[in-house]
Amino acid sequence: MVLSTPGPALHSGALPRHSALGLFALCLAVTGTLFLLLLLSGITPAYNIAGAVFFGLVLWAATISAVSFLVEGSRRAKDRLVTALVCTSFGVALLPLISLVFTVVTNGIARFDGAFFSESLRNIIGPGGGALHAIVGTLEITLIAALISVPVGLLTAIYLVEYGRGAVARAITFLVDVMTGIPSIVAGLFAFALFQLLTGDPGIRLGFGGSIALSVLMVPIVVRSSEEMLKLVPNELREASLALGVPNWLTVGKVVLPTALAGIVTGVMLAVARVIGETAPLLLIAGYTDSMNYNPFDQRMMTLPVYVYTQYTQPGTDVQPYLERAWTASLTLILIVLALNVIARLIARFFAPKLPH
Amino acid sequence: MSKRITLKDLDAYYGSFRAVEGVTLTIEPRSVTAFIGPSGCGKSTLLRTLNRMHEVVPGARVEGEVLLDGRDLYAPGVDPVLVRRQVGMVFQRPNPFPTMTIRENVLAGVKLNNRRIAKADAEELTERSLRGANLWNEVKDRLNLPANGLSGGQQQRLCIARAIAVQPEVLLMDEPCSALDPISTLAIEDLIEELKQDYTIVIVTHNMQQASRVSDRTAFFNIAGTGTPGRLIEYDDTRVMFSRPSAQATEDYVSGRFG
Repeated sequence: MVLSTPGPALHSGALPRHSALGLFALCLAVTGTLFLLLLLSGITPAYNIAGAVFFGLVLWAATISAVSFLVEGSRRAKDRLVTALVCTSFGVALLPLISLVFTVVTNGIARFDGAFFSESLRNIIGPGGGALHAIVGTLEITLIAALISVPVGLLTAIYLVEYGRGAVARAITFLVDVMTGIPSIVAGLFAFALFQLLTGDPGIRLGFGGSIALSVLMVPIVVRSSEEMLKLVPNELREASLALGVPNWLTVGKVVLPTALAGIVTGVMLAVARVIGETAPLLLIAGYTDSMNYNPFDQRMMTLPVYVYTQYTQPGTDVQPYLERAWTASLTLILIVLALNVIARLIARFFAPKLPH
Repeated sequence: MSKRITLKDLDAYYGSFRAVEGVTLTIEPRSVTAFIGPSGCGKSTLLRTLNRMHEVVPGARVEGEVLLDGRDLYAPGVDPVLVRRQVGMVFQRPNPFPTMTIRENVLAGVKLNNRRIAKADAEELTERSLRGANLWNEVKDRLNLPANGLSGGQQQRLCIARAIAVQPEVLLMDEPCSALDPISTLAIEDLIEELKQDYTIVIVTHNMQQASRVSDRTAFFNIAGTGTPGRLIEYDDTRVMFSRPSAQATEDYVSGRFG
């Protein structure tokens, strides 16, 4: 009886469940073979992996939507097409990243050894030596930059969100926006000029100056991210606290900040990750050296980005060990940033408001 | 413990907009007073002027007098923080602190003010406040768990416990049941009946049955139109307000003809 009921169809054709995935493998195989033929016929000097993947994705988007149009109708076909395009964009966005990590790891692994992390470059001409002085310099300069930027940035954000009204707050917001756009070399010149004036030494170089330059770059990022996090704290919590007879400053300190802490910590870590790879300002004010220098307030101080730069631009007669050191220093820098991100996530999870399960 | 509140010709503003105009009324101690009226008529605004929470909104200000046992809350030199310690407030949506446990939420008024409290006193205050809010039996085994694991009704009673833990004279409730189911609402209404023994209670509600069930006195507010200030239309014993009000607008409102 039910079957005999007339009316519009409720069924349409459907592709088998994993047909999209299967078709993708097929398309990859096709373009893979094509590029293999190109290699064998001598048109391309080496096998073009990126080309094979990219054209495989394009071919997949075209075939999946065509097949779906024939079997499933136009609405499903549009869905398949857009899904395929989104996946293609994701793949395209991912290719440079994978390629970069792959290149840095393969080139950097050669000198990723004990000596690299326990020696400086003092009296090293040719192979050997390490980057301990640069690692120490990077960590010290960035740590001091964070120690300067976090209080300034966080307090500015608290002022803007909790207290600032009218013209003053608008002016600060505008200046922070302007600061975000300062080129890093200008920050370096600012720090250089500042210490030149303070010390009277026309060729001043010191690690602390690098920290100042980096904090000029870091403060606006910290302000911006903390501001957003503080704005996310529901106003109801502030009112709940005020209604209990808690003064405003204690409300900010004990209700608003703890609630936003996870986001603020994440923002600070991302700001650190952003400035730790700065080269230009450090080249100007921290300078470069081959020797250990633990004191950021005196003499030149090496940092990892500057180390990479000098190893690459000023090699000795035997270029290979210099290039290897540059790659390994790049790898080290990426690992430090990666570690900071992992730490930020762990801290964020640890401090996040406890949610019901 | 409870105090009389007297409003004299009170106007409340948001910037240049006058939200409430010329309210004069007296709220008796140890009683429940309900504010009713259509949305936007200024009941919540008026309630928030009673513990100086109104001025937390940027640009908001008040003209006129609010007397708490004869002392003006808006006199120069009065500290709003000290006012709020005497006039507690419960909000429309339950708002326990998400970073704190149930126990810490109850003790929030003490802990957030950096006051030291002996462990035994803290235990005693927690239990007394939670018993006062009819929540003790439900949460006594999980005082150290996060507060937002509780149900909406329990959270609201936790907020009431938090408010009475600072031992105020007056308790303001801004539509405390509007986000709750009927059973939780009943629990809160029973609680209001008990709290009346010790506190002066002012409650804003959209629910007229609730006003008639819990309150001793009822104040009806209305606006002439959008953008005009809210005014007090009628203020009388709840029984009178719901049976033979003197103003036509009150009768129309309580009988459900508008609003």
